[in-house]
Amino acid sequence: MAKSSHSILSLSDISDAELSKVLGKLMSHGGVDAADLYFQKSHYESWSLEDSIVKQGNFSIEQGVGVRAISGEKTGFAYSDEISLKALTTASKAARAISRQGQKHSVNAFPSKLPKFHLYDAVDPVDTFTAEEKVNLLESVDAEARRLDSRVTQVMVGLAGERSSMLVAAADGTLATDVRPLVRLSVSVIVESNGRREQGGAGGGARVGYGYFLEEERGLEYAREAVRQAVLKLDAMDAPAGAMTVVLGAGWPGVLLHEAVGHGLEGDFNRKGSSAFSGRIGERVATNECTVVDDGTLPNRRGSLNVDDEGTATQCTTLIENGVLKGYLQDKLNGRLMGGTSTGNGRRESYAHLPMPRMTNTYMLPGKYEHDEIIASVERGLYAVNFAGGQVDITSGKFVFSASEAYLIENGKITQPVRGATLIGNGPEVLTKVSMVGNNLKLDEGVGTCGKEGQSIPVGVGQPTLKIDELTVGGTSGVS
Amino acid sequence: MANNASHIKKKRKELESHIALALKVANKSGADFAEISIAEDNGLSVSVRKGEIETLENHFDKGLSITVFKNQCKGSSSTSDFSEKAIRQAVKTAVDIAKFTAKDDYSGLADYDELAWDYPELSLYYPWEISAEEATDLAIECEAAALKADQRIVNSEGASVSSHASFRAYGNSHGFIGSFPATSHSLSCAVIGKENDAMQRDYWYTATRDSNLLEDAKQVGKQAAKRTVARLNARKVSTMKSPILFSPEMSSGLIGHFIGAIHGSSLYRKASFLVDSLGKKIFPDWMHIYEQPHIISGLGSAPFDSEGVRTRSHSIVEQGVVKNYVLDSYAARKLKLSSTGNAGGIHNLCVEPGKLSHSAMLKALDKGLLVTELMGQGINTVTGDYSRGAAGFWVENGKIQFPVEEITIAGNLKDMFSNIVAVGNDVDLRGNTRTGSILVEEMMIAGE
Repeated sequence: MAKSSHSILSLSDISDAELSKVLGKLMSHGGVDAADLYFQKSHYESWSLEDSIVKQGNFSIEQGVGVRAISGEKTGFAYSDEISLKALTTASKAARAISRQGQKHSVNAFPSKLPKFHLYDAVDPVDTFTAEEKVNLLESVDAEARRLDSRVTQVMVGLAGERSSMLVAAADGTLATDVRPLVRLSVSVIVESNGRREQGGAGGGARVGYGYFLEEERGLEYAREAVRQAVLKLDAMDAPAGAMTVVLGAGWPGVLLHEAVGHGLEGDFNRKGSSAFSGRIGERVATNECTVVDDGTLPNRRGSLNVDDEGTATQCTTLIENGVLKGYLQDKLNGRLMGGTSTGNGRRESYAHLPMPRMTNTYMLPGKYEHDEIIASVERGLYAVNFAGGQVDITSGKFVFSASEAYLIENGKITQPVRGATLIGNGPEVLTKVSMVGNNLKLDEGVGTCGKEGQSIPVGVGQPTLKIDELTVGGTSGVS
Repeated sequence: MANNASHIKKKRKELESHIALALKVANKSGADFAEISIAEDNGLSVSVRKGEIETLENHFDKGLSITVFKNQCKGSSSTSDFSEKAIRQAVKTAVDIAKFTAKDDYSGLADYDELAWDYPELSLYYPWEISAEEATDLAIECEAAALKADQRIVNSEGASVSSHASFRAYGNSHGFIGSFPATSHSLSCAVIGKENDAMQRDYWYTATRDSNLLEDAKQVGKQAAKRTVARLNARKVSTMKSPILFSPEMSSGLIGHFIGAIHGSSLYRKASFLVDSLGKKIFPDWMHIYEQPHIISGLGSAPFDSEGVRTRSHSIVEQGVVKNYVLDSYAARKLKLSSTGNAGGIHNLCVEPGKLSHSAMLKALDKGLLVTELMGQGINTVTGDYSRGAAGFWVENGKIQFPVEEITIAGNLKDMFSNIVAVGNDVDLRGNTRTGSILVEEMMIAGE
């Protein structure tokens, strides 16, 4: 039997011709109007340090194939952790049970040449460092954190790297492969002073090899940042409670956009009419200052992909332009059902999960104000720079994100650090209260993970400094 | 059942033989000690929306993980391929990793004497012979009951039925090998209501080990609709201090934060506001919290933990005082204590219910906030600082007045725990934590 030309299939008995054959069989099963096969081979390693020694190392392998058959709005899905013709056939039979009547359908021919991609190199991060180099990196980060401040009592450092290869073949003629590297380094420290303990954390990552963490002393910078945050909190006072002006720092606070608008603009929720943004394309949902995009094409970034998990090339999609709602994030199914096409946002956690519309890198374009100018304009408010993540109720539009580093602004100046507090707002409303947008767009360091319906995927966020005239701050101290 | 019994026997034998092989290979590869765990999960989930099937998913997941110790250095690896070749490769990978990790005096297998050499059979396995068609019909019935319950229910996120059967097996080079099967089945429904141009969504679910004990599909649908409609026209309240009543579902999260703070890994790292709390009074003296891992058919039940250590029924809090931490053997050695059989987590955590019913708890609250939903990760285990988004109902004179949303509640967990006023008898049995509603004397609400 002819072996496949694709490396992911090369060790299996699945030839290129079999891909078309299996898809053809799926499509000939009545009522099935779309189908795809998703092959994945991944490996993942992690190393962790605490008490100044590298205590754990782990290596895991994941592989399999997922088969999806779609009939109208119905999806049948099955998968196997074996990449073999037998497993593929069995999974196909289970997936196509979604539809029962007979009807003929054809499969479009696959392109003979696959497009070449360039957003990241097909490196295997695991091989970019020797085990000694990985251990050395962890130890150097630990040493840096402990060197900086004698109040540091515990340092935890984690290093993770993975390479995930995928091949997707669909009945619409799509055939695409991608090799996706991803690394991440994170540091968490505990500091103790006069019986008070606080923690700080920092980290970063990208679709590169481990050398990234040595460049520009990134690894050491994470240690410095974690210690800085922890020590700062030792002196933090209670956060204020109530509605007030909030200035969000540049970069990671862009998690606001991810929660407040990003999720609400995912195509599945809007097709079903379950989002607070449903049916609002063309309406004003933000001030004129605000333009928000989702861009999967930023080189080497954690949220970027050459092609999404349905084989559609990623793109830069404008979600909000000068305050007006422009578009949704779509996968093939939801794009088609809403009379459009995929925006390259069909993503899945693995072969064992169904794809759905997901974000890539979501950020707001820069505005015209200097950062200092924005702070100076606030008489009394909160300046929040670091966040521990957020959550949104798509239907009511209510979202939260939890500040882990914040300060009071008094008379145009940043004064006291305050303890962590959750901010809560209404997605379709919050950007209508953005009165100033900074000229300092910054993307996050590359640690974001987004969860939706039990599936976790890497994403990115970013924004310039933003001033929101009113947002509810969930502190403990009475109205200030 | 005979069929069942032979299937279980065969499957357990198969998984235990993989473990025996991996242990043998590890031993030959020079590992001083090794431990292997296997999980295999088989399932079906069907979701319907607006009376039509939306997704039909067939699940089959499996994994084998290996940890080896050599000269007190640890390495681990995992694979989903159970072939002999793959197992040999996984052992080799773990042994290679252990060459580079550091010597850790506290590492190693659980102590021999702590292992569950004679573990109980807890009746956790009740396979549900349900076809995709039957599951679809059940989900449709559930959703239909929700959609027609109230005219303000205008849309649906659908209803789903899921049925899973799993096998867990664990073995280590002390000679312990154990395995057990378990099933879990659930039915859930989420619908959307609309009034005055604003939408709300809520859901309800039922989950059990035995499908015969699932709540009636129509009831689940009706409850989802009732909860959704109750949230319509929610508004903010003003920023103030107020007593807070956590619904049973939200109370289990609250107690979960306590468990997180007395978890061994948080304690030995001193990353908890409850460091050195053993023997100290954290809750009011009428409160008792205990672990009951051996409840027959219990959703959180397990005969042994993920290190093969026997699970045990014991007090965690007695008369408000912390009696036991939540420890695996590593944390126990670091803290100079013994494992509490909690590697991998806690099994059926029970907060002793009080005498008050749900409506009596509302009366006890009198005037304040009933919290039925919490959002976000605003919990700092190191300091106990707590600040989360909340939704629920404003209560006056012990009666619900109107739904509330877009507010936060904040406080410090240590204060919240010591200021618990009452625990209800309205216990939620659907999860691993069994607690009634919890009334906290005072927290800060941030709203308008």
